[in-house]
Amino acid sequence: MTKTLIGKRVLRNEDPRLLTGQAQFVDDVEIPGLLHAAFLRSDHAHARLLGLDVSAARQRPGVVAVFTAEDMGADWEPGPPLVSPPPTAKDVLFHSRRQVPLAKDKIRHAGEAIAVVIAENRYIAEDAVEDIIVDLEPLEAVVDLEQALHPGSPLVHDDLDSNLAAHLFQKKGDYEAARKQADLVLQRRIIIDRGAAAAMENRGIVADWDERSQHLTIWDTTQAPIPIRNGTAARLGLSENQVRVIAPFIGGGFGPKMMMFYPEELVIPWAAKKLKRPIKWIEDRRENFYATTQERGQIHDVEIALSRDGHILGLKDIFLHDTGAYDPYGLTIPLNTQCHAMGGYDIKNFTTEVSVVFTNKTLVTPVRGAGRPQGIYVIERLLDAASKELGIDPVEIRRRNLIPADAFPYEHGIIDQAFSPLILDSGNYWPVMQKALEMIGYEKFIRDEQPRLRQDGRYVGIGITPFIESTGVGPYEGARVTVEASGKIFVATGVGTQGQGHFTTFAQVVAEQLGVAVSDVRIVSGDTAEFHWGTGTFASRGAVVAGNAIHAAAVIVRRKVLELASKQLDTPEDELELEGGRVRVADIPNRSISLAELANLANPLRGAVEPGTEPGLEATAYFGPRYGATAFGAHAMILEIDPETMMIEIKRYVTVEDCGTVLNPLILEGQIHGGVSFGIGNAYYEKLHFDENGQLLNASFADYLIPSATEMPRIEVGHVETRSPLNELGTKGVGEAGTIPVPALFAQAIENALADRELEILESPLSPNRLYELLSRKEAG
Amino acid sequence: MPKLFDLALTVNGTRFEQAVEPRTLLSDFLRHDLGLTGTHVACEHGVCGACTVLLDGEPVRSCLVFAVQAHGHSVTTVEGLGSIEQLHPVQEAFRQAHGVQCGFCTPGILTTVVAFLDDNPDPSEEEIREALSGNLCRCTGYQHIVDAVQLAAKNIKTAHQQPAR
Repeated sequence: MTKTLIGKRVLRNEDPRLLTGQAQFVDDVEIPGLLHAAFLRSDHAHARLLGLDVSAARQRPGVVAVFTAEDMGADWEPGPPLVSPPPTAKDVLFHSRRQVPLAKDKIRHAGEAIAVVIAENRYIAEDAVEDIIVDLEPLEAVVDLEQALHPGSPLVHDDLDSNLAAHLFQKKGDYEAARKQADLVLQRRIIIDRGAAAAMENRGIVADWDERSQHLTIWDTTQAPIPIRNGTAARLGLSENQVRVIAPFIGGGFGPKMMMFYPEELVIPWAAKKLKRPIKWIEDRRENFYATTQERGQIHDVEIALSRDGHILGLKDIFLHDTGAYDPYGLTIPLNTQCHAMGGYDIKNFTTEVSVVFTNKTLVTPVRGAGRPQGIYVIERLLDAASKELGIDPVEIRRRNLIPADAFPYEHGIIDQAFSPLILDSGNYWPVMQKALEMIGYEKFIRDEQPRLRQDGRYVGIGITPFIESTGVGPYEGARVTVEASGKIFVATGVGTQGQGHFTTFAQVVAEQLGVAVSDVRIVSGDTAEFHWGTGTFASRGAVVAGNAIHAAAVIVRRKVLELASKQLDTPEDELELEGGRVRVADIPNRSISLAELANLANPLRGAVEPGTEPGLEATAYFGPRYGATAFGAHAMILEIDPETMMIEIKRYVTVEDCGTVLNPLILEGQIHGGVSFGIGNAYYEKLHFDENGQLLNASFADYLIPSATEMPRIEVGHVETRSPLNELGTKGVGEAGTIPVPALFAQAIENALADRELEILESPLSPNRLYELLSRKEAG
Repeated sequence: MPKLFDLALTVNGTRFEQAVEPRTLLSDFLRHDLGLTGTHVACEHGVCGACTVLLDGEPVRSCLVFAVQAHGHSVTTVEGLGSIEQLHPVQEAFRQAHGVQCGFCTPGILTTVVAFLDDNPDPSEEEIREALSGNLCRCTGYQHIVDAVQLAAKNIKTAHQQPAR
């Protein structure tokens, strides 16, 4: 059947509610008798907790309760492990240490929760937090990754004999043998530092325990309502059916809201059940900087071996990864880094070794990109260095190494974040990169414009960065599609939505099959009462995995509709069409029956049905890919830099995406624009500054600078479509694509702009100040 | 027990009278006392603009205004711009141009833009970006928001040019 809705720029179903302030976010939930929580958080990054005096806090009028670790008694338990280390990898060492509900004996990062106050309103709760007296013994903080591994370093976890959280060694082929054949071996040290996700909506949770119905309802800003339900039920000794978790409209996820069982998620439902009162906790922005997870901190010692004509013979990457105070999320991020350090290149020999390090800083879990930007940064910096050493054009050296179109599926063999051997399923890499070069006018710029600009004393540079993005990983998602008595369609799926347009793209997938208007398909996502099997929205997998489950369910419903209509219209199924909410006979359009009528016929109130009949026109289906689909893209940028202030102006920004079948180009563009904006923040404006005591120095939007409308250029988006063979829709994810190559692109373009200074950039993030420092250092020799 | 202040103000055309603590923020008063949860709080330190409402027609950060400072004044929130059945032209333009993703920053941007286009009905892209520079958005990269403002300006101008019936 021809596609009529998939690939169309359909306007979003959800917009009218969002635009008129009628969409419900977690802090909008109001329940009679609602109490409000505030947490006492540690000012110190590392300390022994000697004692707490909450008596004054308890006395304050309006305070209902104050809880500490001691008050939780036998219910005090660290969060569950979220991702185990890969069972399929061979040399893995992993010490699991998970976050705790409230600090007991020891504090391991600034902002760690120590006690919670429950009061009639947040103002009183915060006043009472100030009443609490904390007796603690500050300890030396572990902040620097390398010093953390020195013998004699203070220990984040005293029961371990070092701050080594995990170690994983992987290899493909034989790097040492490849190195011996090389004409050029380059070594570099690359340092990447932390950034925040900084979603506009801070985290929050409302927990409402109803003693009479013995039921717990939770509203949570989570990207994973189903696991939150299951884990919360287990911890509170409830049946899963007694707990409902709703992720309503969420103001941006970007990864940290996929971290589960944050201390607040462990404490608030417990407190609600204990007090038999509904309780709300909403994070403020300062708390978000300390208590919501962050990412990117790594130090890489890398080596690349090449032949004289620029072919990569092998790559070696030994790196440290900062996990912060605990490591609930397993090895997901470093595995992604390992799997992206080869980029989209045909590299046959690769050795990679990661040591994950505990530090006295905020926990690290995936933030948009999730370890992939670091891998791409490594390989792209190395290729730029090699291009200069060998005198080969930077575009040409990449073209020579990109995986050719006939080499797919391309097996790398090392294990990925989904515990499977890394296989790049499909792709057509060089044409994508070529398209980006054409769109930005690369050759013309280098040949004609740049020399002219240089003569005018202007520092304008160009960059081009190809990259891969692993997407659409399993395990699975599910969906239920129902034709309702009204003839409209109802779809329930487990994945939540944080702005990426699921209410519309999923509706398009269903409308395509059932011949209805997109606005007649109602999607409910992220409510465990509606659908309770699945994992969540993360790793650029929502559209791929949930989308394909929804497609599968819609296909079954279509079949049921046709079967019933065929009987009703006394016409073979292959002569029937679905359009405009009706089933009609192909050449006799006035012989038709509506979906509403069919739905009612399928659910009779009287009479007998044939044995084996299922009532209604409904189907539930699941989809789990064999492995994740790998998307590809290329970004190109022209930027001008002021050599005195180091302020930049992006003149042109081009992206070309190949994410397989595009469901809605309008929404896709929005994801790319937003992803690039995030990446530009990562590259040049954002860095979390921790001092030697583990204190975060820039915990506010006044000092942590996320791009505003005046920093952002217009982004030109191009497409290439290489269908993925891994799913029916042929689609790949794209949620993180905009972000992944940007830091590498900035490094290249800035070096190119400042070519006469011969600066080599091996770190991220940059900033005007930092660039000035690097240049001054270079000039000082 | 703190001394309460008898606050009286107009919000979206309706008069409200309530005793409030002097330290209550306007954002909290609107959201929790009046139940107008369309105005969102994202930073509470006056940088991100998500909490922007119009105070006597001028955009202000409601997280930096005490409710008592609005005593005797008129406040317009996103709920006062339009409804699901009848979107304000600016809201409609945002829908057409896909200027909304998660929607959390949106109400603050809408109020800012409504006031901006009132002052500057025919803005350049540079002027639009400048006007938006006090509103942070993490989802859209601003491009479709700029498109929406341009579309809104165009549509409002066209509507004003229709001859009166």
